[in-house]
Amino acid sequence: MDIHEYQAKELLKRFGVAVPRGGIAYSPEQAVYRSNELSGDKWVVKAQIHSGARGKAGGVRICSSEEEVAEAAQWMLGRKLVTHQTGPQGKLVGRLYIEEATNIAQEIYLGFVLDRKEERVVVVASAQGGMEIEEISSNEPDSIIRSVVDPAVGMQAFQAREIAFQLGLDAALIPQATKTIIGCYRAMSELDANMVEVNPLVVTTSGEIVALDAKLSFDENALFRRPDISELRDKSQEDQRETYASDRGLSYIGLEGKIGCIVNGAGLAMATLDMIKMAGGEPANFLDVGGGASPERVLMSFKAVLNDKNVEAILVNIFAGINRCDWIAEGVVRAVKELNLKLPLVVRLAGTNVEEGRQLLADSGLNITTADTLTDAASKVVAAWKEASQKEPV
Amino acid sequence: MAILIDKDTKVLVLGLTGRIGSFHTQDMINHGTNVVGGVTPGKGGTTHNGLPVFNTVKGAVAETGADLAICFVPPPFAADSIMEAADAGIKTCVCIADGIPAQDMIHVKRYMRRYKSENRMRLIGPNCAGIITPGQAFAGLMPPHIYLPGRIGIIGRSGTLGYEAASQMKEKGIGVSSSIGIGGDPINGSSFRDILELFENDPDTDAVVMVGEIGGPQEAEAAAYIRDHMKKPVAAYIAGLSAPKGRRMGHAGAIVSAFGESAQEKVEILSEAGVTIVPTPSSFGEVVEKMIA
Repeated sequence: MDIHEYQAKELLKRFGVAVPRGGIAYSPEQAVYRSNELSGDKWVVKAQIHSGARGKAGGVRICSSEEEVAEAAQWMLGRKLVTHQTGPQGKLVGRLYIEEATNIAQEIYLGFVLDRKEERVVVVASAQGGMEIEEISSNEPDSIIRSVVDPAVGMQAFQAREIAFQLGLDAALIPQATKTIIGCYRAMSELDANMVEVNPLVVTTSGEIVALDAKLSFDENALFRRPDISELRDKSQEDQRETYASDRGLSYIGLEGKIGCIVNGAGLAMATLDMIKMAGGEPANFLDVGGGASPERVLMSFKAVLNDKNVEAILVNIFAGINRCDWIAEGVVRAVKELNLKLPLVVRLAGTNVEEGRQLLADSGLNITTADTLTDAASKVVAAWKEASQKEPV
Repeated sequence: MAILIDKDTKVLVLGLTGRIGSFHTQDMINHGTNVVGGVTPGKGGTTHNGLPVFNTVKGAVAETGADLAICFVPPPFAADSIMEAADAGIKTCVCIADGIPAQDMIHVKRYMRRYKSENRMRLIGPNCAGIITPGQAFAGLMPPHIYLPGRIGIIGRSGTLGYEAASQMKEKGIGVSSSIGIGGDPINGSSFRDILELFENDPDTDAVVMVGEIGGPQEAEAAAYIRDHMKKPVAAYIAGLSAPKGRRMGHAGAIVSAFGESAQEKVEILSEAGVTIVPTPSSFGEVVEKMIA
């Protein structure tokens, strides 16, 4: 789960990380009020969306007057900003963060990730901050510093000091840098974050170390014990199709195509998307109904898939282990009837109680195409989708 | 004996008295698994599914001599349960839970290093369907009837794709020595490489099928191991060719975040190591048939 920059900064501040002063605003008037409150003569108006690279999309503006603050706020609020991380539909700006401007002497990259090879938290730092880590690793690979944290004892001061010295910081800045690095690590481990990224961490012209931007991402599997983090969720930043599904406990990811998918098992669901693509179609979603899916859950999955108005055909692919094909079939029949489904529907059932399941579909008298293998199912659904889309008057 | 489990393995069920634990334990017993007892703290001294229940894993091991534990404990408490098993002298622990916090798994992995490698428990999973030696025993939630006993090993991150492989092979009359689900989490107990080594040294296995997916370094590690150390043929399928970068596809570990983690890159790395690629999830049967012909 991602959160906004201002939320990330508020959390990091609690762990001793210095951040510029700032305040949140939901309207141009509030933005101006915030800038007055901060005093000074230069402010940064920052669009709060769950994406990096906001600057290039116009979501970060330095202002030197009330008028400029109001104008920037007016331009950003209600606008959808498109970055390479948001997808073509962009993300809606619903709130702004107004921050005092910082005079930058040096920009540093500081990141904390769960490294899958080490199976530990790894700190990644570079004196070449300001650009994305991917750019740094391709342009300045030698500038990257890595340090592995032993989970038994947590991050030690010497490790943070080593990083600070390797970054080439002045001796006078080392205590502050050490405090910042350890603070970020503690935030990561104590809040169950997956990722902490401060980019850039800056040295100001007055010799202070400040987190100018901050990104925190949380482990959804640990939210049960972090209710205060759950509260930071901003549904307006999510794909609405995904919000609908996740609120109902379904594992769903919205994609750009026309063929809706209902599958059991994450691996099989991924493979199903691959097969649809190989057959010449484009999947509209990833959906794993999970083990032991009841007819109600199947019905709910249909609703989640149909929530996407781009869907023009549906493929159900089930290999029942703990699932039962007859339950799935019962759910499919109910969904077609209750939702008055007119779209082409292909169902492939295999595994436990497959005969009963197929019989239920056949006896329903509904217009459901069945398939034996996944390849067969994918080509049938793509063919049915193509046929249906040609019939429609253009 | 194939690997990790056979009809003589003494199996202990952690979280026996829960709904899921009860259901699958009965299925395991019905298919010949030698289940010797269960653990549910606070219910020690009672019986459940006709099995003795213990308060602690140590107590259960002392009474039953259990060597394998299957853990049905829910995700928030699963890490604790795995560490208890490791400390009680269990040899192999299979963990089913989907949704263990990543930092809990970091602690589990660190904790297990307290024991010398010869005494260290082997963890399988979490977020997996379990392990099976067809015709003998299983610990997990797979449907045993789709597996034919035989001489091909299966290792998979995905449960259902492992079922696809096994049932397509059965249709061709090809059997399975053991099938091991290593799970879909970013930090897991055993890797492809770990299990490949067991199959390479298993006299009852002739060839291995790997079911991999996007995300993580373990398929590439496996490729290096296969190239340098394996004599037995290996086939591999990788799911997620069409997965968009940076999106988590259902499994917590199925996300491309570094070089070499996409399906295309994994397919290349594996085929360079001499692995036979299974091009579609419907061609496990054909490809394995050809490979062992």
